[in-house]
Amino acid sequence: MILPAIISLTVLGVVFGLLLGLAARYFKVEGNPLVAEIEQLLPGAQCGQCGFPGCTGAAQALAEGNAPITLCPPGGRAVVLALSAKLGIEADLAGVKDVTPMMAEVKEEICIGCTRCFKVCPTDAIMGAAQQIHSVFREACTACGKCEAVCPTESIKLQPIPTTLQSWHWHKPQEVTA
Amino acid sequence: MKLFNLRGGVHPEGHKALSALHVIRELPLPKHLYLSLQQHIGAPAAPVVQVGDRVLKGQVIATAQGNVSAAIHAPTSGTITALGDWVSPHPSGLTAPTMTLASDGKEQWIETPTVADPFALAPADIAARVGAAGIVGLGGATFPAALKLNLSRNSGVQTLIMNGGECEPYLTCDNLIMRERAAQVIEGIRLIALAVEAKTVLVGIEDNKPDAIAAMQQAAKGTSVKVVSMPSMYPMGSEKQIIQVLTGNEIPAGGRPADIGVLVHNVATAYAVQQAIRFGRPLISRIITVSGGALNQPCNVEALIGTPVQELIDFAGGYRLPATRLVLGGPMMGQQFTNTQVPVLKGTSGVLALTASEVGQAEASPCIRCATCVRACPVGLLPLEMAAHIRVSDLTGAVELGLRDCIACGSCSYVCPAHIPLVHYFNYAKGDLAAQERSKLKQESTKKLAEARTERIARIERARAEAAAKRKAAREAKERAAAAAKAATEEA
Repeated sequence: MILPAIISLTVLGVVFGLLLGLAARYFKVEGNPLVAEIEQLLPGAQCGQCGFPGCTGAAQALAEGNAPITLCPPGGRAVVLALSAKLGIEADLAGVKDVTPMMAEVKEEICIGCTRCFKVCPTDAIMGAAQQIHSVFREACTACGKCEAVCPTESIKLQPIPTTLQSWHWHKPQEVTA
Repeated sequence: MKLFNLRGGVHPEGHKALSALHVIRELPLPKHLYLSLQQHIGAPAAPVVQVGDRVLKGQVIATAQGNVSAAIHAPTSGTITALGDWVSPHPSGLTAPTMTLASDGKEQWIETPTVADPFALAPADIAARVGAAGIVGLGGATFPAALKLNLSRNSGVQTLIMNGGECEPYLTCDNLIMRERAAQVIEGIRLIALAVEAKTVLVGIEDNKPDAIAAMQQAAKGTSVKVVSMPSMYPMGSEKQIIQVLTGNEIPAGGRPADIGVLVHNVATAYAVQQAIRFGRPLISRIITVSGGALNQPCNVEALIGTPVQELIDFAGGYRLPATRLVLGGPMMGQQFTNTQVPVLKGTSGVLALTASEVGQAEASPCIRCATCVRACPVGLLPLEMAAHIRVSDLTGAVELGLRDCIACGSCSYVCPAHIPLVHYFNYAKGDLAAQERSKLKQESTKKLAEARTERIARIERARAEAAAKRKAAREAKERAAAAAKAATEEA
């Protein structure tokens, strides 16, 4: 009595299992390949300034058309242009107000060496150790602001990157008024 | 010799007689010299002296750093009194790291290695000595000369062109050096030719300098150096244009003169090379045109590098009329400045004080698409189209039209009847593109850093989990062993 029940249930299980396995194989839903491609273009700092959970989330929203291509503050104009080329969306750069490039800077007098900032830095741009004054590598900082949020003494703050002889260039001429 | 035609070009009023009629005068020794560490294209020089050190004339005070850089030497004997920021002759008006040298008035030279027969030196040796003397291109580009010599020799340059064009209005410093020091200039030219093993040596001089042509021809007699008179036109003294006129060849877009087997040097650089090889004297002074309608006595002076511009203006008798615009270099491509404490750099060819009538500033009005700028462009670009693209921030469009081939000569701005600052648009666009390039590089590197960090955190997590698992396994083994031992004792 019990044997046919076991056999039938086993057979059913095997058959359905096989069916499910085959279905998973042949009816597989491809993830949007565009998402991966867009993610390649983004800075990858996972800073979350765009309001999406990390660069993957932002790439997903961009692929679905739910986010403007000007969403990435650390990426600047270069990323806007790259995205515009990838997605075929006209980049309205004339309308994009260029944000002043910023970087984090440690006010050394009030840094207590708590190490909180360098634990959250997504690009390892902060150097320091417990009870030591921390400092920022200008070249690695993406100005994501995570460190600013966790600093207990407001010692680390975003500051505009100072213009140097190497980085200075001519400003745009004043528009000719017709 | 057959000359080839040049496309475009303009004929600005020369104003050269203001300063060309007098001999080169020597500037009295300034009390303080301000030596910027960035006097050349490339990495800034690294100081090798301390504040308070006494230095001799010609002593190295900053060495070249990296591949593209040039050493800086003390222009006179004295004491280094400061090492810090000082106004720099840069359009931004930003300060630059600068060494201050207080002269002691003794002009005490360091021992200099003289060479009895410089033509017996090996080509590489000449280049090395030029490099040690801190010589850079004195025509204005300030590219380290030794590097250019080595690159040219390695790429098999056949033709050496010496640029005596001096097409910028007002400037007469090259004219004067060729007139008064032709023998030394020719010797320097022959040394450069030896250093790059060039077969043909041409000196191109604009025909508005007959005295210089005569002096150079006289000095070049019996040598392989050929002095050629070229029509006067702006920008004849630009590297690409002088090559085109003398050889008929055009440098491919984005290329260098060496690509077509040519090396171009300025005649003033040849003089500096001769001084460095024969007398071991580094580049510590240069000839500068001090001119403009606002000055009492425009002239050419030999000034030490680092001299504040104010001393040059005082030497030229001060102002006759109010100067509306002060310019370093020529009026077409030079840089405006306001602070007269800026020092003379190795690449400073002129100091101009221009009156309101000379500047002739007018308000810009909209483009009427007359295409005068297209006819004037010596490169064959469409300045009006490029500027229109840049105006709406379409830099890629401007690049497609050939923005990167623009030599920023200013011919288009000069002829524009609507006074549109065309060359300003191009300078802005080039700077902005370079900034974009830099930010892209930065982004790539920060992306790598972010990936490395994610990977590291994952690795640490894994290691932690493994360690925990190991500890757990060890604990369980211990417990099992303890239980087994307990069971064993109970059995016994």
